[in-house]
Amino acid sequence: MSTTEIVDMITVVIDGFEVSVPKGTLIIRAAEQLGIQIPRFCDHPLLDPVGACRQCLVDIEINGHAFAKPQASCTIPVEPGMIVKTQLTSVVADKAQKGVMELLLINHPLDCPVCDKGGECPLQNQAMSNGQGQTRFEGTKRTFEKPVNISSQVLLDRERCILCARCTRFSDQIASDPFITLNERGALQQVGIYEKVPFKSYFSGNSVQICPVGALTGASYRFRARPFDLVSTPSACEHCASGCDMRTDVRRGKTLRRLAGDDPTVNEEWNCDKGRWAFKYITAIDRLTHPLVRNDAGVLVEASWPEALAAAAKGLKENTSAVLVGGRATYEDAYGYSKFARVALGTNDIDFRSRLSSDEEREFLAAHVVGSSTTYRDIDRADHVLLVGFEPEEESPIVFLRLNKQFRKRALKVTAVASKLSIGVDKLKGEFVKVAPGQEAAAIAKAALTSQSIILVGERASESAGALTAIAALADSTGAKIAWIPRRAGERGALEAGAIGNLLPGGRPVADAAARVDIAALWGTSTLPSSNGRSSDEIIAAVHSGDIAALLVGGVDPLDGNNSAAALAALERAFVVCLEIAPSEVTMRANVVLPVAAITEKSGSFLNWEGRARSFDAAVDESLNRSDLRILSMIAQEMGAALNLGTVRAAAKEIASLGPWDGARVSMKAVSAAKAPALKADQFILNSWRRLLDLGTLQKGEENLAGTARQTIAVISPSRAQVMGVTDGDLLKISTAQGSVTLAALVEDIHDDAVWAPRNSRGSQLLVNLGVGHGAVVTVVKL
Amino acid sequence: MAEIEPLKNNDVDLKKVEFTQVDQPGSVGLFGHMKGFWVTFSTIFKRPETVEYPEVKVPTQERFHGRHQLNRHPDGLEKCIGCELCAWACPADAIYVEGADNTEEHRMSPGERYGKVYQINYLRCVFCGLCIEACPTRALTMINEYELADDSREKLIFEKDDLLGPLRAGMLMPPHPMYPGMDDKNYYRGEVTEAHPSQDVK
Repeated sequence: MSTTEIVDMITVVIDGFEVSVPKGTLIIRAAEQLGIQIPRFCDHPLLDPVGACRQCLVDIEINGHAFAKPQASCTIPVEPGMIVKTQLTSVVADKAQKGVMELLLINHPLDCPVCDKGGECPLQNQAMSNGQGQTRFEGTKRTFEKPVNISSQVLLDRERCILCARCTRFSDQIASDPFITLNERGALQQVGIYEKVPFKSYFSGNSVQICPVGALTGASYRFRARPFDLVSTPSACEHCASGCDMRTDVRRGKTLRRLAGDDPTVNEEWNCDKGRWAFKYITAIDRLTHPLVRNDAGVLVEASWPEALAAAAKGLKENTSAVLVGGRATYEDAYGYSKFARVALGTNDIDFRSRLSSDEEREFLAAHVVGSSTTYRDIDRADHVLLVGFEPEEESPIVFLRLNKQFRKRALKVTAVASKLSIGVDKLKGEFVKVAPGQEAAAIAKAALTSQSIILVGERASESAGALTAIAALADSTGAKIAWIPRRAGERGALEAGAIGNLLPGGRPVADAAARVDIAALWGTSTLPSSNGRSSDEIIAAVHSGDIAALLVGGVDPLDGNNSAAALAALERAFVVCLEIAPSEVTMRANVVLPVAAITEKSGSFLNWEGRARSFDAAVDESLNRSDLRILSMIAQEMGAALNLGTVRAAAKEIASLGPWDGARVSMKAVSAAKAPALKADQFILNSWRRLLDLGTLQKGEENLAGTARQTIAVISPSRAQVMGVTDGDLLKISTAQGSVTLAALVEDIHDDAVWAPRNSRGSQLLVNLGVGHGAVVTVVKL
Repeated sequence: MAEIEPLKNNDVDLKKVEFTQVDQPGSVGLFGHMKGFWVTFSTIFKRPETVEYPEVKVPTQERFHGRHQLNRHPDGLEKCIGCELCAWACPADAIYVEGADNTEEHRMSPGERYGKVYQINYLRCVFCGLCIEACPTRALTMINEYELADDSREKLIFEKDDLLGPLRAGMLMPPHPMYPGMDDKNYYRGEVTEAHPSQDVK
């Protein structure tokens, strides 16, 4: 449904040309419509006007009354009868602009040869285009100590700053992280951080990108290259399901930086620090370069491609096999795995959910998520957003920015059903519905939504039995839209590609004979397996029971699952073919290891949480590495099955020819919530989620970024803290039968029965240390 | 003028092509010949210009554009700041530079930045000297050395070690700290004239 918004148009004259623009448009934007470039520094279309730099001065006359002096065109909206003269037609405006430029340059150091911004610097460029080339200043320039680390990742050079306040406005207005501000007055005015509090924002990289001079620079790109060295490729972010548009800059085959791209419908020129800076894993980790095959002595040795493919094909063909594909595969690769499982292995035993998951979730995805299209635009229009099992700032930062935008603009109502009040929800002034971990279902059922509301469901909703059933019921009764926002970039694509046991590609239910005929016709096979496949937990159990003897594993970390010990043992036991970029827990236990291309080395696409395709090209052309898709095709050929997916384009074409499923959806079996466990005095129910910056595999090799991660803490409620005699900073030991973690305590707003700790941060890797992630009963003692 | 018809095929019939007679100069006469031979004859009495190179080498003009040199400050720190302006100016794309951070423990040049990788490809260089003009710190200059022939491509890509000027009296081999009490601006103003004993950290 699209609504045409009726807007008043105002006609003004700029430099003798008439232009009609919507009411409220700033003069500087109206001039852009005519192709007239007024020089500017502080102006940014997504930030509130501030008029700080005074570079955009123009002469303005309204109905015959002229302003006495030139005015800043970035702060004044157009009005009827306005006549504007820019530097092109007004000598006064031109002189004023040159004067402002001369003043800005008085204290600006001649750092251009060593400054990272040199070559792409708005100050450099506009000093050339709109400056006068000469300065009358003969004194000594003001100097500051340089550079200052305002976080481990961002460096501030105060001498270069022209006080445009873009960084401070971004942090305040967009990220709601007002950690930097303008201090002092006059010539000593400077950007600063609060004493002893570093600039630990998840979005600090955007301040670096929008700085119109080289005052803010990122430590990892510092002095690495000049703009003319770089080859830029439009790309998509592989870190989360937000689906940011990105630009990857490569120098001689090496990725040097990534910038946020401009996609107004998705990320609006912003991205998070993880997307911007966490790319060194591709080069930092020891990449696999050759296929490896386990020999008779049980040792992995390098092998030729034909040898390795033959070994993989033989093992997969002779045994009953299943497929485990991680949530980081591209849409096309996931489609390759999905087709491979059905065509080459003849099984539906495939699951992309290499994490905590449930059967309830699988049915929920098939019934309510696959093929759905809730978008960012729906968030813009929603009257109420309910968050379940989802912490937007940590798990999908651009969704948080969008919620924050709507909260600031029109006080969008946000309700979070959770055990702990998160920093992000606190910033959104969201209503916090406090529940004990595992008891979400009852609270969801009580939420007051309308048909204009949206339920944002995180992947963690699957960790609470009955929560997804309650969400489905709520959506049915109120008409609210559901959006499922997984944490990993590839999960939505994998779902649509049918890399799950109960669905074929395009959301076609496995159990539906018509759906199977559709796919069989497309793939040119006579039959497809007709019973629902196993889930990842069931596949691992089946390996232990001997029902499955071979596994094809791609991009999976076995330590992310429900029972990591069982997963590792299963990998030991089965014949494992592993497609991976670097040595891992899986490759160590695999029988055949096939190296694949990393994200910068291949093309493809992700589907973000909206289901929107985010396609990208290879940023590095020198790579000889092949995509998962290509290798799967080769194994299939070796097995005597035709996959016919040699290239990404072939896969994309095949997917496009499939079209959406218009038949009946899978219906969901209702699951009731678990009973709240009885707790002893020292027992708590564990609540946790992953933080944006943690020990994730894709963040390896970027120490500067890791330095801006939030502190690892354990959170308990004030009343429990009082009983235990705990204050902030005391050490708490959280333990289960499997192990324990010891963390500093933080007393905060959390359900009395719950203790919160980050799931995969330094010193707190709960799935490995405790063997549980959420909802389990743990013992907490003060040390 | 007749209209020119395009050829139907690519054959050109030579018989149909019109040839034009080119004017030949007339006979030069006896005087003309003698004038020519006079040049030969008079050279007999002049000193030969031939030089027995490589045994004998004649100095070039002072401003001859020879091989590049990366200069040092008088205390031995490198002048190059890795800004890549030389690479930017180069019309032949012969220069490759990578900058890096100076740290207190590892300082190669005054200021924040130094050239970590510096390569000039002499197979590409046309010795135009635009890089010298572009250099903001006078780190890159040209010396008169012209013997740059070699037998492989690799040998003609000069690395930073090949291009750096020699350590003269009073200089210390970097990395070492800046002259005590001085900053990069003092260096650029020429206020550092030799190394201070405290800079010798090895």
